[in-house]
Amino acid sequence: MSFKTFLRHVREGFKNVFRNGWMSVASITSIVVSLLVLGVFILLVLNVNSLADKADSQVQITVHLSLETKQALRETLQNEIGSMPEVSKVEFVPKDQGLEELRKDLGPDADSILEGFDKDNNPLNDAFRVEVVEATTVPFVAEKIEALNDKHPEKPVYKVKYGEGAVETLFKITRTIRNVGFVFVAGLGVMSMFLISNTIRVTILARRKEIGIMKLVGATNAFIRWPFFIEGGLIGLLGSLITVGVLYAGYSGLNTSMKGDPLMGWTLLPFDDIWMQLSGLLVGLGMLIGIWGSTVSIRKFLKI
Amino acid sequence: MMIEMQDIWKTYPNGTHALQGVSVKIDRNEFVYIVGPSGAGKSTFMKLIYREESPTKGQISVGGFNIGKLKPRKIPYVRRNIGVIFQDFRLLPKLTAFENVAFAMEVIEAPRKQIKKRVNEVLDLVGLRSKGNREPSQLSGGEQQRIAIARAIVNNPSVIVADEPTGNLDPETSWGIMQLLDEINFRGTTIVMATHNRDIVNKMRKRVLAIEHGQIVRDQLRGEYGYEF
Repeated sequence: MSFKTFLRHVREGFKNVFRNGWMSVASITSIVVSLLVLGVFILLVLNVNSLADKADSQVQITVHLSLETKQALRETLQNEIGSMPEVSKVEFVPKDQGLEELRKDLGPDADSILEGFDKDNNPLNDAFRVEVVEATTVPFVAEKIEALNDKHPEKPVYKVKYGEGAVETLFKITRTIRNVGFVFVAGLGVMSMFLISNTIRVTILARRKEIGIMKLVGATNAFIRWPFFIEGGLIGLLGSLITVGVLYAGYSGLNTSMKGDPLMGWTLLPFDDIWMQLSGLLVGLGMLIGIWGSTVSIRKFLKI
Repeated sequence: MMIEMQDIWKTYPNGTHALQGVSVKIDRNEFVYIVGPSGAGKSTFMKLIYREESPTKGQISVGGFNIGKLKPRKIPYVRRNIGVIFQDFRLLPKLTAFENVAFAMEVIEAPRKQIKKRVNEVLDLVGLRSKGNREPSQLSGGEQQRIAIARAIVNNPSVIVADEPTGNLDPETSWGIMQLLDEINFRGTTIVMATHNRDIVNKMRKRVLAIEHGQIVRDQLRGEYGYEF
C-alpha cells in the first residue's frame, strides 16, 4: 500500500465518523458509559487499596515491660527484638513519654481522667513500640516477643499488645476488597468490550450495502477494512478522552468537597498520582475495543 | 471471445438448481438481452459473470480469464474489468454524485488528478456534470441510474453487466438510459443486460438469450422479447 493510499484511508476514516453522525454518537456514547463505569470502579478500588495499605502500615506492636526491668536487660531485649528479620523498627517509649502521649490522645478529657497522675506517680510501664516490615506478620512477631520471657528468668515482657482480632479482621477485609475489586474490574472490562463491539456491529450492519458496493467496484478486502479500522480507533479515542475528562472533573470535584469535611477522616488519592496510568489504560482499552469491534464486525461482510 | 460459458451448472446450498447446463459465447462488442420469467436463472447468469457466485460445475471465462476457479484474493482485480448496474442503482447515499463515481477509481488507487479529470469526463458523457455535487437523494431515479452507469464505465471495463437497469424507471427515462447504454456499446464495451421490458427489446433490436428453468431456450440475433409480460 502506498503512503498516498494510506492517507486516503485515514481521511476516509475521519470522514466516516462524521458522515455516520448519530451512529458514531451511539458508539461513542456506549464507549463513554462502559469506560466510565470501569473508571469509577478502578478509582474506588485504588482508593480502598490505599486506605487498606495505610491501615496495614499503622499496625504496631506495643511491648509493655515489667516495672522492675533494669536498663541493661532492657537494652538486650531491644537488640533481640530489633534483630528479628520481620521487624523494621524498635522504639523505646519511656513511661513518662507514654503518659504524655496518652494525655495528648485523650485531648480535652485528659485532665479529668488522668487526674493525680504525673511524673512521680505514673501508672504506666516502659514500653517498646515495634514496627514490622510486612503487616501480616504482626501476630507471629508478637508471639516471638512474648517467647523472649523464656530466655530471661526476670520475665521482663509484661504484656504484648497489637489489637488482636481487629488486625486479623482488617487483613481479611482488605484482602477481600482487593480480590473482589480485581475480579470486578476484569469483569467490567470484558463486559464493556462486548457492549461496545455490539453497538459498533449494529452501526456496521447498517452499512453492509456500502461494503457490498465497494466489493462490486473491485475493492480489495484490505482497502475496505482500513477506513473502518481507523474509524473504530478514532471512535474509541474520542470516547475514552471524554471519559477521562468526565472522570477528572468528577473526581477533583469530589476531592475538594471532601477535604473540607473533617468527619471523613481521610482524603482521596490525589488524581495527579494515578491519572497517567488510568487515562493510559482507558484510552488504550477504548481504542482497542473500537478497532476490535469494527474489524470483527466487517469480517463477516467481506466474504462475498 | 469476451464471455464464454461451457456446460455451466449452478446449485445453491438450499437445493435450487438455478442453472442446468448453460453454454454460450458472447463476442467482444456485443449487446445481449437476457430475458425470461422471474426465477428462471437470469440473475444467477449475471452473478456468475461478475463473480458474485461461482459455478457448481463447468467453465466460465471473462475477457480471457478463467473465473470459475478464482482465488478469493484475485476476485477484486477481475471485477475491475467489469462494470455492474442494478435496478436499484446502489449508490452510496452519503457521497455526492461525483464522489460516488470517483470511488470506483479510488479503489484501484488512481492518482487524484487523473480521478478528477476522468470523473468529469464520464459525468459529461451521462449528461450530469452540473449535478456532480448533489447527493443521490437530491437526484431523480433516471439521474441516479446515470450516475451508476458513470461509475460502471469510469474504469473503462470491457464488459458491462446490467441487471434490469430500467426496472425502476418510467418509459421515457428508460429510453434515455438505453440510448446511453447503446452509446457505450458503440464505443466498444460489451453489454449484457437482463430485462423484463418488452418494449425496449422489441424496439432496440439486439441479440436475445431466453432463459427458462435454468437453460437457454432461445438465442436470436436481433431477436424479440417473446413473452406476453
